[in-house]
Amino acid sequence: MAMIEFRNVSKWYGSFQVLKDCSTSVEKGEVVVVCGPSGSGKSTLIKCVNGLEPFQQGEVIVNGQSVGDRGTRLPQLRAKIGMVFQHFELFPHMDVTANLNLAQVKVLGRSVEEATAKSHALLQRVGMIEHAKKFPGQLSGGQQQRVAIARGLAMDPVAMLFDEPTSALDPEMINEVLDVMVELAQEGMTMMCVTHEMGFARKVAHRVIFMDQGEIVEDAPKEDFFGTPRSERAQQFLSKILHH
Amino acid sequence: MDFGFLFEPAFSGGGTYLDWVISGIQWTLYLSVLGWIIAFVLGSILGVLRTVPLAILRVPATIYVEVFRNIPLLVQMFIWYFVVPEIVPKAAGDWLKTQMPMPEFWNAVFCLGTYTASRVAEQVRAGIQSIPRGQVHAGLAIGLTLPQTYRHVLLPMSYRIIIPPLTTEFLTIFKNSSVALTIGVLELTAQARQISEYTFQTFEIFTIATVVYALITLTVTFTMRWIEGRARVPGYIGTTGK
Amino acid sequence: MFSQFDFEVIRSALPFLWEGMQFSLGLTLLAMAGGIVLGTLLALMRLSPFAILSWPAGAYVNLVRSIPLILVIFWFYFLIPIAIKHLTGNPYASGIGPFYSALIAFTMFEAAYYCEIIRAGIQSVPRGQVQAAYALGLSYRQATTLVILPQAFRNMIPVLLTTSIILFQDTSLVYVVGLTDFMGAASKIARRDGRLVELYLFAALVYFILCFTASYFVRRLQERITPPR
Repeated sequence: MAMIEFRNVSKWYGSFQVLKDCSTSVEKGEVVVVCGPSGSGKSTLIKCVNGLEPFQQGEVIVNGQSVGDRGTRLPQLRAKIGMVFQHFELFPHMDVTANLNLAQVKVLGRSVEEATAKSHALLQRVGMIEHAKKFPGQLSGGQQQRVAIARGLAMDPVAMLFDEPTSALDPEMINEVLDVMVELAQEGMTMMCVTHEMGFARKVAHRVIFMDQGEIVEDAPKEDFFGTPRSERAQQFLSKILHH
Repeated sequence: MDFGFLFEPAFSGGGTYLDWVISGIQWTLYLSVLGWIIAFVLGSILGVLRTVPLAILRVPATIYVEVFRNIPLLVQMFIWYFVVPEIVPKAAGDWLKTQMPMPEFWNAVFCLGTYTASRVAEQVRAGIQSIPRGQVHAGLAIGLTLPQTYRHVLLPMSYRIIIPPLTTEFLTIFKNSSVALTIGVLELTAQARQISEYTFQTFEIFTIATVVYALITLTVTFTMRWIEGRARVPGYIGTTGK
Repeated sequence: MFSQFDFEVIRSALPFLWEGMQFSLGLTLLAMAGGIVLGTLLALMRLSPFAILSWPAGAYVNLVRSIPLILVIFWFYFLIPIAIKHLTGNPYASGIGPFYSALIAFTMFEAAYYCEIIRAGIQSVPRGQVQAAYALGLSYRQATTLVILPQAFRNMIPVLLTTSIILFQDTSLVYVVGLTDFMGAASKIARRDGRLVELYLFAALVYFILCFTASYFVRRLQERITPPR
């Protein structure tokens, strides 16, 4: 059974259609990269997975639960899906440990000691343990993003969503974040990543989805996508970003 | 200037004119502080409601804010004092007119509080809206409910950001407390006028009142600046409203 | 309750209320004009590098902003006659009448508030603009009037107007010296006819409609000046 499944999802902002009949799925342990030009709907698509963006038609099934269902308790569903944002979105008034502890304590009901132990283990893993007492504003972008990944992992998620995790970073910081993501992928984490980092896609992705104007134009295994993309739009897009 | 009159026995009440001044200061502070408690609590609730996604909560809060900030404080003062007892059910009106203790004072407190609440609400709303949308998304994405996201993510940052405008609002209610003299509360400005009428030492007594207002304003300003420094988030350079 | 609400009372009071409204609007507009002119001068003084200019302006603005408007009104009602006797040398000088006394009090009071808005507006003009103006050989006066103030005022217009709406509400406080502005007129008739409910609610409604409409247009203006984020 697929971990994440989109069935004919459509979404409108007023009369403007941002998602057009999108269907795809992410299997357990699979790494799927979503790419496409800006405004193509890829961030919107990934935010449908945990219900941050409501949609009007179709269905999204995550871990056997329908996201759009009235009966679905979204906070519980979201707690099982880690998410990493373009602008990190750490909570500026809490130190790094408190950022990781918050949802563990308030949502999962862990004790503070238990949560802190978990947080420190994860900070160790992303190489941020010596910054555990610092505030987000005192860290570089790359460091903040590694903390944000640890915050997602602290919930023991069944899948991780990445929404352009490196596009707000200075070039010299991109790799420290990608390294953490690669490691995660190699450990078998289910991942759905909106990113333009084609090096990352080549290295760890199983499948690549290409979106344009709200449509899933291409949805292919990595080898096929980088070998012979079938659509002209994907070819154009690839040649543009690979030459940058 | 001759301040000797302060120690002369006052026209009535048994004390000196200095006692009148002190009593005026006390009433000014009672009005400001009690009014502020109402303004802060009610204003915070209204400010939060103005930002929630549910129209059924947002619309009433918006109507409240628009009504209370577009009618002069003096008019609101008269409505609380003269009109409300006439238009509420008769039993309640009779209680307000004959049995409520210190009716002028409590009317003034409610009036100042509910009026200032509309202004506090606007500051709270602006504070919440100055926080990037991604923060709400991040709160929800880790599994917090919307109320939890307000409690742990949005409000702690908002209140820090709006300490300076909230200080201004407190100083505004403090100065506006003088409007209570129109319904007969003998706060500081009223006492100053009354003493000037009895002693003709207008220049001296107005100077005293001015200095007292200025000193309290200065004290509040510096205290809040200190609190703002204490509450500052390390490394955070953020939106400070305007 | 409302079954006894007497609209006839309000209808017959309308001419008198209109006179009061003219007083309120006149006082607001003149105090606004005077306050902005004086506030601009105070702002330029406060930003001056010469302490002899900046210090008195700063002291005046901070003092006025820390005391209640009612006390300021009392102050000027007390000081203006004394000042006139000194200026004219005539101990029996008759004063300048209640409207002009109120106008001076409001102008002096509002100038302190306008000053802070204008100062912030001037400071929001990028330093590079000042330097570019001087680099072109403009004098202080030319740089200020031709380059700085036009840009500053453009940014400040919504805030200045919002402050002026509050000024309009504040003019009701001339009640404390017994003048007949709109609220004063409503209050006098309310007491004469014993119709407090009708007149105070009507006054509230009129103020609400005027201020709400005005702030609506200020918001529209603001949206046009500052592009949405």
